[in-house]
Amino acid sequence: MKQLLIIAFTVLSTVAYSQKYFTRSGEISFYSSTPVEDIEAHSNSASSIFDAKTGAAEFSVPMKSFQFEKALMQEHFNENYVESDEFPKGTFKGKFTNIENVDFSKKGEYPVNVEGELTIHGVTKEIKTSGYFIIDNGIKGEAQFTVSPSDFDIEIPDVVRDKIAKVIKIKVSMNYKEFKR
Amino acid sequence: MKNSLKLSLATLLLFSGNLLFSQNDTSMLSMLDPEEETVYVGSTYKSTRIVNSHSLKTTPKGVLDFRIAHRFGFVNTGIYEMFGLDQATIRLGFDYGITDWLMVGVGRSSFDKTYDGFVRAKILRQSTGAKEMPISLQYLATTEVNTLKWENPDRDNLFSSRLAYTHQLIIGRKFSKSLTLQLMPTLVHRNLVENKDLSNDVLALGGGGRVKITNRVAITGEYYYVLPDQIQDTYENSIAIGVDIETGGHVFQLHVTNSTPMVENGFVTQTTGNPFDGDIHFGFNISRVFTLVKPKSFRKSK
Repeated sequence: MKQLLIIAFTVLSTVAYSQKYFTRSGEISFYSSTPVEDIEAHSNSASSIFDAKTGAAEFSVPMKSFQFEKALMQEHFNENYVESDEFPKGTFKGKFTNIENVDFSKKGEYPVNVEGELTIHGVTKEIKTSGYFIIDNGIKGEAQFTVSPSDFDIEIPDVVRDKIAKVIKIKVSMNYKEFKR
Repeated sequence: MKNSLKLSLATLLLFSGNLLFSQNDTSMLSMLDPEEETVYVGSTYKSTRIVNSHSLKTTPKGVLDFRIAHRFGFVNTGIYEMFGLDQATIRLGFDYGITDWLMVGVGRSSFDKTYDGFVRAKILRQSTGAKEMPISLQYLATTEVNTLKWENPDRDNLFSSRLAYTHQLIIGRKFSKSLTLQLMPTLVHRNLVENKDLSNDVLALGGGGRVKITNRVAITGEYYYVLPDQIQDTYENSIAIGVDIETGGHVFQLHVTNSTPMVENGFVTQTTGNPFDGDIHFGFNISRVFTLVKPKSFRKSK
């Protein structure tokens, strides 16, 4: 009886288990471009994990980890725009909808579609974009998409309205490692 | 009996296993054992000064801050002096952030034609997360050189007589998103004082803080209590109340204060205005920052 249960348990856990990949040092950058000023910021502290079987994927980045060219921009970003004290993280939770096209054991570049919920500044929005996996010596995932500050209830005052773009480009680049329990 | 117990235990194990998996499915990220990081509390103040006093905010690394501090005359001087607007006391200064924990600055004030230099260092930083620290602690050291012509040029005058030094600890805490408070035990040493009954060392305790009204507007205030029997009775304790207004690139600080000087030895030991008699200055500080050294991730790219 006991043995049977142990076997059943082992089998069940293997079924539930499937390969996951993760990173804790993913790069996320964003770019705002206007005739008056170009602003960019970079973070290399994003975490991400995805399930190679189901395609379920999650991303999270501490807002305070974004580095700007000017310290004052960084302060305004955290204090006035995304309000990092209240909303410390930007997160994405969704799915690679065609993960089955990616052969993680074979070198190559595989386009994938991503969709899910992006949460910034406490506001959640559905987004859809495409990216690709580059399988080489490692597994690299890259994607680009755009967001509007106004969609996330981020108010831009009149005086700086010319300096901050209505549409912000976001680049995501992750070097994944195998996730071992 | 024994068997059924085993069975139920095993079932429990099985279920808990399943439960674990289903939880993982809702948030896989939690499987990455969260390497808890230390989060340092920032945005304590909008400016590196409350009004006259240093705040907890330091000039970031590689940033040069050009500061203009300006006080009009006393408002009780009446219409003839346009309520003080005809007179001006000014300090021009440059601050620079050597690292994120060390800043230096120099300045020149019209009050007593004073040159000043200072160093301010963070000793403790308020933080949460892996390392928790309830307060911030900073140390400020200033040197001030009064360059007025000697009152008595015939006597043997020493350069050292022009000097005064201030040592100050700034102990502060950001209590909430909008409230930051600090205490400032202060020691001012004057090499030369008016007469031998006065002490060269002056101890004072300052207090200050800010309350944020909106993301871009804050009310600030500071007060220094000078311990008794150290300076002449004609001097008052320094008080200042202000508003910080942020307009994108700049922070404007508008305030009222009874202190004319804008450096430590000055406003702690030589404040003459009695606020209850209307000896109040209207004043402002303006700061303009220049990024001289860009953060690492930006150096290569352009």
